[in-house]
Amino acid sequence: IMSLFGEVPQATPVAVFKLSNDFKEDPNPMKVNLGVGAYRTDEGQPWVLPVVKKVEKLIVADNRLNHEYLPILGLPEFRSSASKIALGEDSPAIQESRVGAVQCLGGTGALKMGAEFLRRWYNGNDNMKTPVYVSAPTWENHNSVFANAGFKDVRPYKYWDAEKRGLDLDGFLGDLETAPKHSIFVLHACAHNPTGTDPTHVEWMQVAEVMKRRKLFVFFDSAYQGFASGCLDKDAWAVRNFVTQGFEMFCAQSFSKNFGLYNERVGNLTIVARDADNVRRVLSQMEKIVRVTWSNPPSQGARLVAITLNRAELFAEWKDNVKTMADRVLLMRASLQAKLQALGTPGTWDHITQQIGMFSFTGLNPKQVEYMIKERSIYLMASGRINMCGLTTKNIDYVAKSIHETVVNVQ
Amino acid sequence: NHKTLETSWLAFLASDVHPPHDWSSISWWSEVQMGPPDPILGVSEAYKRDTNPKKINLGVGAYRDDQGKPYVLSCVRKAEAQIAAKKLDKEYLAIGGLGDFTKACAKLALGDDNEVIKSGRNITVQTISGTGSLRIGANFLSRFHTEARDVYLPKPSWGNHTPIFRDAGMQLKAYTYYDPKTCGFDFQGALNDISKIPEKSVIMLHACAHNPTGVDPRPEQWKEIADLVKKRNLLVFFDMAYQGFASGDIDRDAWAVRYFIEQGHNIVLSQSFAKNMGLYGERVGGFTVVCKDAEEAKRVESQLKILIRPIYSNPPMNGARIAATILNTPDLYKEWLGEVHGMANRIITMRELLVANLKKEGSTRNWKHVIDQIGMFCFTGLKPEQVERLTKEFSVYMTKDGRISMAGVTSGNVGYLAQGIHAVTK
Repeated sequence: IMSLFGEVPQATPVAVFKLSNDFKEDPNPMKVNLGVGAYRTDEGQPWVLPVVKKVEKLIVADNRLNHEYLPILGLPEFRSSASKIALGEDSPAIQESRVGAVQCLGGTGALKMGAEFLRRWYNGNDNMKTPVYVSAPTWENHNSVFANAGFKDVRPYKYWDAEKRGLDLDGFLGDLETAPKHSIFVLHACAHNPTGTDPTHVEWMQVAEVMKRRKLFVFFDSAYQGFASGCLDKDAWAVRNFVTQGFEMFCAQSFSKNFGLYNERVGNLTIVARDADNVRRVLSQMEKIVRVTWSNPPSQGARLVAITLNRAELFAEWKDNVKTMADRVLLMRASLQAKLQALGTPGTWDHITQQIGMFSFTGLNPKQVEYMIKERSIYLMASGRINMCGLTTKNIDYVAKSIHETVVNVQ
Repeated sequence: NHKTLETSWLAFLASDVHPPHDWSSISWWSEVQMGPPDPILGVSEAYKRDTNPKKINLGVGAYRDDQGKPYVLSCVRKAEAQIAAKKLDKEYLAIGGLGDFTKACAKLALGDDNEVIKSGRNITVQTISGTGSLRIGANFLSRFHTEARDVYLPKPSWGNHTPIFRDAGMQLKAYTYYDPKTCGFDFQGALNDISKIPEKSVIMLHACAHNPTGVDPRPEQWKEIADLVKKRNLLVFFDMAYQGFASGDIDRDAWAVRYFIEQGHNIVLSQSFAKNMGLYGERVGGFTVVCKDAEEAKRVESQLKILIRPIYSNPPMNGARIAATILNTPDLYKEWLGEVHGMANRIITMRELLVANLKKEGSTRNWKHVIDQIGMFCFTGLKPEQVERLTKEFSVYMTKDGRISMAGVTSGNVGYLAQGIHAVTK
């Protein structure tokens, strides 16, 4: 019999996962994975945070806990404490009861819920023509999330200046000025993925000024709070400043990286609105969207985070664990930059230490990337993005030498 | 110099914190209407607000023990302890989920020795419980099953089926299923309607323990349905959320699914482990497409991943790990089968008790359907006004369609429940 799926084409695999796959299958003992964005210890191993291990034991030991459904919008104590992390405990918006939250499946899930809501209710009803701007470059899934939510016009805004290896502020502000009114802008709260280049405070305020004047929608993606500087509050500066400036906005939060809870899918969509009544109505509509997507979110990860954030000693321990991760990344940055400098590798390498967070946009071109992978078994994204967490004191010499060799031999 | 410029720029911007015009009063969300409460989940929320000590929650299908308490299965606790001892990492799962889980999930539904699994012509992905599975399925059909946009649901069906398929861009139609006169299966009505369904349409079948009616076709009836569906060349979408809960026997409850496959239907299938493993909040489910061959299964898999990635990237580990441990560890699996059997039996006992109590109250109505119906739910036959009275006057919470979750009935509350039902129906 003819198959109903006879015409289903083979889809191309998601690049970053294919990279990990290829790395796994590579027999070269010197191989290094600088691909997917997950933290690694100096032994190159995944790291379950000590505070997470502690809280897991608490959960297992607590016989009062069960596996019942969470409410549609998620675990209440998770939602409120997660929003506090982003906005600050003393946020005026929280004090004014104009903050709402939806527990979602990771940062992706939070972006998804926000996107679905905006398509239905923002700038008219079911207006799929509202332009959605994502940075050039950006996390590749941003495009798919918004397109799949129905938005027909997902466009890039200028962000990365490849020549000067820094922020193209003029280009960014220029795109903000010319964007149609009410356009949605996806902003990286800190530790921009993939470039590691964040606006300064002054630059953020310039962005805010234009967005306010031109009535553009603020949608923060906060996947690395704590990873940029090692300090949660510092990393939330942009989000909190925009709140102070009076914006209504969405902030998609991920706890995958800063809690190391990647596979438990812990995320939160924080909603800042004009007042409590708006929050209430928005949340009621969010429930409808959640119900036809996953009904209610998974319990384990949210419980873990909520317990940690709501107990002083655990919260302190968590902040310390985050700083441990951020510090190791900073050390690897400094180390790599120093080695490239010592080798006399052509070009300037200051961007390695200037860039922020887990990733660095090395500036290697596709041919050079291919060389690194094929000849050196060092796996990185075609864009030249490396995950600093993949570097260790044991492999950094090899990586530095390989980058040097590649830059010298491959143009 | 740069520092002076920055300071004055900051001062300039700081002074503009509250701009003069409409900023502070207008909201982007002024036109957003208040959404109505969810018809099913909203029931539990109303129940929570009620202060009557005798209140009973017969709304959502979540199993309760005879004390009315949530029941964490013993095999689940054991699996959790085993997992904790392993000190596993928390790295992202693949988009399609935990391999140990998806393989076992398919085997559970199709049978260990099923030819489909042996030939690799199924693709099974881990999903966010049953809802997530149905949604991925709906999205997949919407994108790739372009010959037909219509999904035929049994009348009635789970309330959330309609909005899920609609949101995915499909159109909803219905086929006769429940006979309110007999509170049973309208077999002829179903066959009549199915015979008229346009070719290639999608037909949704509840594998067992039909929700909300508890009315399942008998094997001979399933055979005729399978035959007719094949003649009509329909795409079968099985929803199996209660495997084990209907008869207490895993294999018996999967009989219809396996029969259809045997007869050559390349079905799509949603599975949930919310009820049969009590893993509700962990969100454990699977979505399976039975393909023509392994090559097609690979293509379909690649497209399912493309659908999943922009929703939640990859699924949660905890529940899948628990389920996989149970399914793949022989003595845990055995223990699980016993516990599912136990849950199903308690429900069967409650059905019998309820009918006995109704008779004791003096009810002269025919309540046979309460015992004949299968699974977690009972379609009482109560009308909306009667349901409203039952809620208002007796604090008995259920959905407006007259569906009660038998799992919420206990030996402690069955007398009071019978009182209430008799009061509103006499």
